[in-house]
Amino acid sequence: MAKGWYERIRDIDRRWIFLFITLSVVLPLIFQVYFAEIPTPMVEQIFDKIDSLPAGSRVLIDFSYDPASMPELQPMAVAWVRHCLLKRHRIYAMALWPLGQQMAVDTINEAIDFIKKLEPGREIVYGIDYVNIGYKSGQQGVIKVVLTNLETLYSTDINGAHISKIPMMSGVVNLKSFDVIISVSAGYPGSKEWVQFGSDPAGVPLVSGSTAVQAPLMYPYYPRQMVGVLGGLKGAAEYEQLVYERKLKALMGKRLVELGHPPRDADVAPLAEQYLGYTQLGIKRMGPQTVAHLVIIIFVVIGNVTFFIDRRRARKRRPS
Amino acid sequence: MLRRTIPLIITFVVGMVLVISFFIPHKPFGTLGEDFSVFFDIISVFAFVLGGGNLVWIHGDKISKRRPGWGYSAVCLAGFAVTLVVGMLKLGNPWGIQGDVTEAGSMFDSIYMYIFTPLSSTMFALLAYYVASASYRAFRAKNLEATILLVAAFLILLGRTFTGALLTAWLPDSLAFLRIPNLANWVMMTPNLSGQRALMIGISLGIISTSLKLILGIERNYLGADNE
Repeated sequence: MAKGWYERIRDIDRRWIFLFITLSVVLPLIFQVYFAEIPTPMVEQIFDKIDSLPAGSRVLIDFSYDPASMPELQPMAVAWVRHCLLKRHRIYAMALWPLGQQMAVDTINEAIDFIKKLEPGREIVYGIDYVNIGYKSGQQGVIKVVLTNLETLYSTDINGAHISKIPMMSGVVNLKSFDVIISVSAGYPGSKEWVQFGSDPAGVPLVSGSTAVQAPLMYPYYPRQMVGVLGGLKGAAEYEQLVYERKLKALMGKRLVELGHPPRDADVAPLAEQYLGYTQLGIKRMGPQTVAHLVIIIFVVIGNVTFFIDRRRARKRRPS
Repeated sequence: MLRRTIPLIITFVVGMVLVISFFIPHKPFGTLGEDFSVFFDIISVFAFVLGGGNLVWIHGDKISKRRPGWGYSAVCLAGFAVTLVVGMLKLGNPWGIQGDVTEAGSMFDSIYMYIFTPLSSTMFALLAYYVASASYRAFRAKNLEATILLVAAFLILLGRTFTGALLTAWLPDSLAFLRIPNLANWVMMTPNLSGQRALMIGISLGIISTSLKLILGIERNYLGADNE
């Protein structure tokens, strides 16, 4: 017997669901659908923490993720590095994941390229403004060691230069030497281990950036053991929005005027993207995520409607 | 005798020193605790060699016995061998054998950039399909508990996007707590937080109990079956 429309929807082939999900991601990417982000108080607290530090503060950034979670975590990492460079903080990059070292290189290079276009003539020198001490195996064991003595494990940077030869490493003894720790992590070892073995014993403020799946596991540490958590793309997009509104917008507008491309409307981001290589990956990727969430919600609603219709029919058929 | 006693003594000594060094971080416990942590980091490096050996052993065995899916094992081993050789010999590295293994332009960097990164991202992206399909089939308001879970999921899904703010932006400030992003935040910061903390406390108590059993030699499974 041929199926009616109701049965067709109820027994929908999962390949149709896959098709809708594909379209919900691809179409917003093609047509560049994105929405305004309203930063939440927690994201504002993180921004204020980084922003309130005086220039030259030491910021340790742990890049503990890999290419699998890069699309979700790289936007927030780039936003943080940009913010630190704008504030002229000294950036110390490290990794607890083997591939995190490469993530750090990519992130810092992307941020530096943009800052150099924004502030021509500004020199951002390796060893003075930023350093990458790379990956060490040992998971939380690494944190436990650098808590008391960094040089025990990190005697050289990723290029093999002894840390005593790196100017910005002068005075860095252990975790207590840093003003803030930023942990961008996709799992174990990550932010949780930083709280347990690093930031809490050292008394150094910790900021966490996690995947959306990991974020709920971090909330128990907020606000006493963590300044805040950036959860997934949403958190990254909100942070990007804050950096854009409070730091970059005026600077980029001024630079675009110097380049002979004065912005005609309030939103300078599109012009900055064209002429300064500015990216808002978090905000842009929130478009597809928003549409995909809506598609999932629609499917869940359809699934529940069919469930209740089936249950009512079954009750009617049942002899009383 | 030695095969069982020596590991038990090592476990007891290291375990006790690390516990004591947490509460008394002064000499000699503080220094010993730090030394043991360094030993752990050094030993963990050998896990890479063990992991590589294990990979070759398991997949090599699968290929030699022509077990179902042996072709995938061949691809896995080929990828492992090529990456290892290219990385160790630094093939195509602009600075030769002296250059950094991840130097831009090297073959190792190309494998990482153009094969490993897109493949990893693709695997992660597949999650979206499974989440959508599983949500459609399993997320049903069958009973009270399932309904609560469903409502929470709706609030989080909407609250984590612009749609949530848009749908309830019309609510007056006196009812701001009913706006979807605020409700989503409440779900995360109140019921979720309570549940997570309860779980963490439970897990921590379990870890303490298991650790004490290991340190005191009551739990000996890690020594292997023949050491029971």
